[in-house]
Amino acid sequence: MTARLLRWETMLAVVLVLEFVLFSTLSPYFLNVDTLSDATFNFTERALVALPLALLIIAGEIDISVAGIIALASVAMGLGAAHGVGTPGLACMGLGTGLLAGAVNGALVTWGRVPSIVATIGTMSLFRGAAYAVLGDHVLKEYPESFASFGQGYLVGPISYELTLFVVFALAFGVFLHRTRWGRAIYAIGANPIASRFAGLPVDRYRFALFALTGLFSGLAAVLLTSRLGSTRPSIAQGWELDIVSMVILGGVSVWGGKGSITGVVLAALVFGFVTFGLGLLNIPGIVMSIFTGALLILVVAVPAWLSRK
Amino acid sequence: MSAVLPHFQRLWRGLSDSARRDFAFAALTLVLFFAVTLKFHGFASPRNIAGLLDDTSIFILLALGQMLVILVRGIDLSIAANLALCGMLAALTNRAFPDAGVAPVVALSIACGTLLGGFNGILVWKLRLPPIVVTLGTMSMYRGAIYLLSHGAWVNENEMSRGFVAFTRAQFLGLSTLSWLALGGAALFILALRGSRLARDLYAAGGNPEAASYSGIDPGRMQFIAYTICGAIAGLAGYLWVARFAVAYTDIALGVELQVIAACLIGGVAIAGGTGSAIGVVLGCLFIGIIRSSLPLIEVSSFWQMFINGAVILVAVLASARRRVDQRRILEAPT
Repeated sequence: MTARLLRWETMLAVVLVLEFVLFSTLSPYFLNVDTLSDATFNFTERALVALPLALLIIAGEIDISVAGIIALASVAMGLGAAHGVGTPGLACMGLGTGLLAGAVNGALVTWGRVPSIVATIGTMSLFRGAAYAVLGDHVLKEYPESFASFGQGYLVGPISYELTLFVVFALAFGVFLHRTRWGRAIYAIGANPIASRFAGLPVDRYRFALFALTGLFSGLAAVLLTSRLGSTRPSIAQGWELDIVSMVILGGVSVWGGKGSITGVVLAALVFGFVTFGLGLLNIPGIVMSIFTGALLILVVAVPAWLSRK
Repeated sequence: MSAVLPHFQRLWRGLSDSARRDFAFAALTLVLFFAVTLKFHGFASPRNIAGLLDDTSIFILLALGQMLVILVRGIDLSIAANLALCGMLAALTNRAFPDAGVAPVVALSIACGTLLGGFNGILVWKLRLPPIVVTLGTMSMYRGAIYLLSHGAWVNENEMSRGFVAFTRAQFLGLSTLSWLALGGAALFILALRGSRLARDLYAAGGNPEAASYSGIDPGRMQFIAYTICGAIAGLAGYLWVARFAVAYTDIALGVELQVIAACLIGGVAIAGGTGSAIGVVLGCLFIGIIRSSLPLIEVSSFWQMFINGAVILVAVLASARRRVDQRRILEAPT
């Protein structure tokens, strides 16, 4: 029983409830369906990337080029739109660019045998740099009107397409990671890649696929974000890699691989999103919030480490 | 010529792997330098070289600090935030006590950086937290702290005392104080890494922590020392940055941590720890510096800089990954 209470996910859930209680007492505007629906836009795009990234980190790798991929995919869509590509074509371009960029990361790590942190530091510069090289200080905003519906549209009532996508994919990733043999394999690879290789798992193929998947979802985030903003600048999604990695680690995924759950990541995304939003309602500037998120990130890994020392 | 060649070959074979790499990279940097000079004769003028060095100086200092951290299997993502916080502290102190002179401000800046770096180090050493998570967290915290300190306001040149700004720009034998600091720092690192006991302990702790601890070296303590030195350098660089650009605000040096890590990687520092030389790191900084200053000359938009950095990192690591097997060690627990 105590083991269950002390579980990471339970603690995150408690934090989330406390957050709701705190913010609804501090601000009369917080507990309101429309407000809360608005708040989800704060994190759904980042959380969508956090899902595959969690798998990647559980498998013992890391990808910090995700925000660079978002920028590159957004620029690709912006250029496409400027040349008169329609809405479905634009979405395909965004997803395709993401997938391709993810495949580049995967190839560097598997064929190139470059450690993933180094490879993705390099590709982060490369992808973001390509966005800057193409756009300079220009802005692309000739998107067709129907393109706006991805990031601004609602399925029913206050439930946005973005939120729907996040819920659907969170469930899908949860089932995939926790209920299929491929999910088991990801844990095994993260816990001990060499033993996994000896057990007959195609370790590199898994790694490659996970990088490609992370790229694809970065492309998806690019479609949603670009559609929501209606414009592309090369600095789009600047700094998001840190938010996304923070979400995953806050969700209890071990940076040393082999540990973590999708429930934790989803809860962390909610905690993260509502903290940002709630503090915003209280007129606390974003930069001060970063003190909280930074401290939270360290506490999250420090507390279990401290306890296990005793 | 035929008599020289075998001699040279013997010399080459006698060198260590890392020295060979440094030589090859130095040659490459020179080739780049001459290629640019060939097209633009003014590039090799003493004035331009002095300017190039001045532009690269802070970068060189930071990269040397970062190298120590990577050497012991760490990484310091908070280095630029640390710089910015110390720089803001220096600027605010100077504004409050304009007559106190430069020395106390520099001392305060270094002390602040040392504390911030030491904080990273303590977390990595005593709690054995993964360096990437610790410094990701402190990066946000230090940046946020600047805002709390300055309330989001800028400190401009007209609020800084004359001496505060003039110190970095003072010329001595044709080079700025800033350049001399970088040269001095580089020389100190080259000598210290070659000859000191601490340096050998750092290399040992990074190369094989387990073996190091059997021979009486505490790898965690080495990480703490590396982070603290790196922090002290970031603190000094904070004052230098603010004084050189004569402005302090929350976002100064944003993203510089990755450029600094890039310079280390280009310079041959292995992310797996235990490998790297000060000469390589300085060359890495100069290489990036030469590219940066020649882009406007060849009429390539400076927006290409980031892309080129990324491409150079990837080429450098792909070339060295084939020789080493240092797969993903940075994500493994220190033992």
